[in-house]
Amino acid sequence: MARVIIIFAHPRYENSRVHRALLEAVAPLPWVAIDDLYEEYAEFHIDIHREQERLLAHDVVVWQFPLYVYAPPALLKQWLELVLEFGWAYGKGGGRLKGKVGIITVSTGGSRESFGSDGPHRYSLTEFLRPLERAISLCGMVNLPPFVVRGTYRLSDQELQEEAGRYRMLMETLSQPIPVEEISSFLSLNEWIQTRGT
Amino acid sequence: MAHSVVFQAIVLLAGALIFVPLAKRLYLGSVFGYLVAGVIIGPFGLGLVGGEGREIMHFAELGIVLMLFLIGLELEPVHLRRLRRFIVSAGLVQFLITTILVAGFFAAIGFPLTSALAVGLAMSMSSTAMVLQTMEEKGWSRTRLGETSLAVLLTQDVAVIPVLATLPLLAAKTSAMGTTFISRFPDWVHTLAIFAAVGIVLVSGKYLLIPFLRFIARSNLRELLTAAALFIVLSTAFFMDYVGVSPALGTFLAGVVLAGSEFRHQLQVDIEPFKGMLLGLFFISIGAVIDFSHITHMPATAIGILFGVVCLKAVAMYVTGRWAGLGKDQSLFLAVALSQVGEFAFVLLSFMDRLALITSPRTDILLFVTAMSMMISPMLLYITERFVIPRLLGAVENTRASEVEFQYHPVLIAGFGPFGSTIGRFLRANGVESTILDNDADRVDVLRKMGFKAFFGDATRIDVLKAAGADNAKIFVAAIGQGDINVDLVEKVKQAFPHMTIMSRVQNPLQEYELMDRGERYIYRDSVDTAIRLGVDCLVKLGHRRYSAFRAGQKFLRYDEEAMQALAATRHDDKTYILKSRELIQLQEMLLLRDREFNPSANDHAWDSATRTEE
Repeated sequence: MARVIIIFAHPRYENSRVHRALLEAVAPLPWVAIDDLYEEYAEFHIDIHREQERLLAHDVVVWQFPLYVYAPPALLKQWLELVLEFGWAYGKGGGRLKGKVGIITVSTGGSRESFGSDGPHRYSLTEFLRPLERAISLCGMVNLPPFVVRGTYRLSDQELQEEAGRYRMLMETLSQPIPVEEISSFLSLNEWIQTRGT
Repeated sequence: MAHSVVFQAIVLLAGALIFVPLAKRLYLGSVFGYLVAGVIIGPFGLGLVGGEGREIMHFAELGIVLMLFLIGLELEPVHLRRLRRFIVSAGLVQFLITTILVAGFFAAIGFPLTSALAVGLAMSMSSTAMVLQTMEEKGWSRTRLGETSLAVLLTQDVAVIPVLATLPLLAAKTSAMGTTFISRFPDWVHTLAIFAAVGIVLVSGKYLLIPFLRFIARSNLRELLTAAALFIVLSTAFFMDYVGVSPALGTFLAGVVLAGSEFRHQLQVDIEPFKGMLLGLFFISIGAVIDFSHITHMPATAIGILFGVVCLKAVAMYVTGRWAGLGKDQSLFLAVALSQVGEFAFVLLSFMDRLALITSPRTDILLFVTAMSMMISPMLLYITERFVIPRLLGAVENTRASEVEFQYHPVLIAGFGPFGSTIGRFLRANGVESTILDNDADRVDVLRKMGFKAFFGDATRIDVLKAAGADNAKIFVAAIGQGDINVDLVEKVKQAFPHMTIMSRVQNPLQEYELMDRGERYIYRDSVDTAIRLGVDCLVKLGHRRYSAFRAGQKFLRYDEEAMQALAATRHDDKTYILKSRELIQLQEMLLLRDREFNPSANDHAWDSATRTEE
C-alpha cells in the first residue's frame, strides 16, 4: 500500500475554513501523514534531515497550501529551497525522490473565471503553479494535475464538504496503483475523482 | 631642609615633569627626557641632587626589577614558543658576535685578555628598559622588529645569569667579593647556588605563588592584590639578591611563571604604575651620575670608547637582524635601537669591579660610556628614523596587521556568569573568540581549563580593560550581573575606548532608561527575551498555533522596545519620581496600561480569509 505525506503550509491555519475541512477529512486515514510546516518550524528553522527522511518514507508527496499573491506561503518556499537540495533531490548524486508521485493541493480565493484569459488574473492557475510543477519534475517525480479548491470566499459549507469528500476519495485511491496516463488528461484531480465517483 | 627626602622628591618630580614632555614633543622619547632631567638636576647641572645620586639609582633599580617582572608576565607560554625561534637565532647570534667584537676592541686598546672578555660580556647588553619603552611608545611592540628586539633583549637578560655565575671563575682572585650570604663559600658553590635559586623560583611560582594569589583574590579586596603583587616581586628580588643572583632575573622568572595564570592582567595593572615611576627615577639617576669630568680629563679616550662600542654593537645588531630575516631597513633600525649599553652593564661592571677584574678608573670610564650611550641612543634613533622612515613605515604596517589579529580577540566580554558565558559559547560556536574578564577567581580558573581566554580582573578599571586588549577589540559586551555596575561601566568604556561598539545588559527598565538617555543603542534587558519565549510556549500549550504565537512574541518584543522608548521621552516630565523602587512600579503600571493597546494579530490580515471578500 502506497503511503502519502502532505506537506502542509498555512501561516494562519486556525482561521482557515477550507484547509481545516480538507485536512480533517483525510487525517483519519492511516496511510496519510501530515507535515504541518508552520507548526513544526514556526521560527523558520527547518530540520532538513528530518524532512528528507520523511519524504523517503513515503510514495506520494502532496504539497498543500493556500495561494497568496500567486505563490505558496513563505515557509513552503523556504522548505523547497532547503529540503530539495542539489545533490540529494536533483543534480549530480541526487534523484533520491525519483519515481515518487507529486501532487499540489491549492486553495485560491479566485474563481475559475477569474483565472481565465479574460479574468483579472489573466493566466490560468496552472501557469501560476509552474515553478512548483517544474520542481517536482526536476526531482524526477511523476507530476499529477493539482487538486484545486477555488473561490474560497464564496464557497458554501455544503460545497466545501463536497470538496473535502473528494479529497478523501483522492487519498483513498492514491493508496492503490495510480493510473497516471488516465489522470494526466484531466486539468485537475477534482475532475478526475468526480468522473470516478459517478 | 634642602636635602630632605621631600625636597629631593620635589626636585626629581619637577625634573621629570619638565623634561619628559619636552622630549616627547621633540620625538626623542621619554627615556631621553628622564636622562636629561637627571643631568640637569645632577652634580654637573644645577647640583640639586648630589652624591646621593647613586643611592637613588640603587633604589630605582627596583624599577628594573618591576619592569622585568612585567616583561615576564607578557610572555605567555604560547608567545614564548613563538619567540623561541628568534631567541635561538637572533638572540644568541647577537650575543656572541657583540661579545667577540667588543672584547676584541678592548683587548686592542690595551685591556688584559680576561678583563676585555668580561667587559665584552657587559657591553653586549642593550637596555631592555629603554628599547621596550621606545618600541611601546612608537607602537612597534607587536611587529617583527619589536619581537626580534624582544628576543635579543631577553636572551641578554637571561644570559646575565650564566655571566654572573662564571665571572668569579674568570677573576684571578675572589677575596674582594661582596657581603652576600653565598660569598662565604667557594666559587663552585656560588655557581651552583645561582642555578638552584632559579629552580626554586620556577617551582615555587607554580605551587606557591598561584595558590597564594587565588587565596588573596577570594578576599575580594583590590588593594590586597596589589600588595600581594608587590610582595611577590620584592621578596623574589630580595631572595635572589641574598644568594647573589641578579634580582631582576629572579622577578623576570617569577613573571614568566605567573604569565600563564589568570592573574596576569591584574598583576600587570597593579605593578605598572610602580614600574613606570621607578623606571623614570632610574633613568634620572643614570643621568645624574654621568661623570662628565671624563670628557674634560681625557676626552679622546672617553669619546673614542663610546664611539667604538656603539658602532661595534650596531654592526653586530645589523648582522643579527639580517640573520633573523629582517629587511635591510628594519635591520638598520634594530641596529640603532639596540646600540646603547644597557642597565645590566651597571650591575655587571660594579660586580667586576668588586672581583677586581677591571681597575677602578677603567670602571668609571666604562660606567660613563654606558650612561652616555643611553643618552645618545634616542638621538641616533631619531636621525635614523627620519632618514629611513619612508621605507620603514610600510614594512612595519604590514607586519602589524597580522600580529594584532593573532594577539587580540575582537570581542571583550566583561562578566562571565550564565549570561556572559552563553554569549561567549555562542560566539565561539561561530568561530569568534572573545577575551573574558571576570572578578571571580574560581570561575576564571574553570574557564581557563575549558580553554577560554579568561582573566581575573576588575572590568570596571580602564587599565585592566586596556591590558585585556580593549584598544584592539571591536565590540565590548557589558554582561556583569549587577546592572548598575554595567551602566557605570558603559559610561567609562565609552569615554576611554570610543572605537568600540558597546552592547550592554541591564536588569530593569530604569537602567535601560539611563543608558537610553546617554544615547546607547544596544541595550538588552535581562530576561525579556526568555520571558517572551516562555510566554510563547505557554500559548502553544494552551492550543495556539505555534507560528501565530511565535509572531505574537516577536511583535511583543518590538512593542516592548517601542513602549520603553516612548516612555523614556516622557519620563523626565514627571517630577514625582523620587524613589527608584517607586519609579519602577510606576513604570510597570504605565507599561501595563499601554499593553492594552497591543494587538498581537495586527497586520496579519493578509492570511485571514475571513477579513476579506473577493472584489
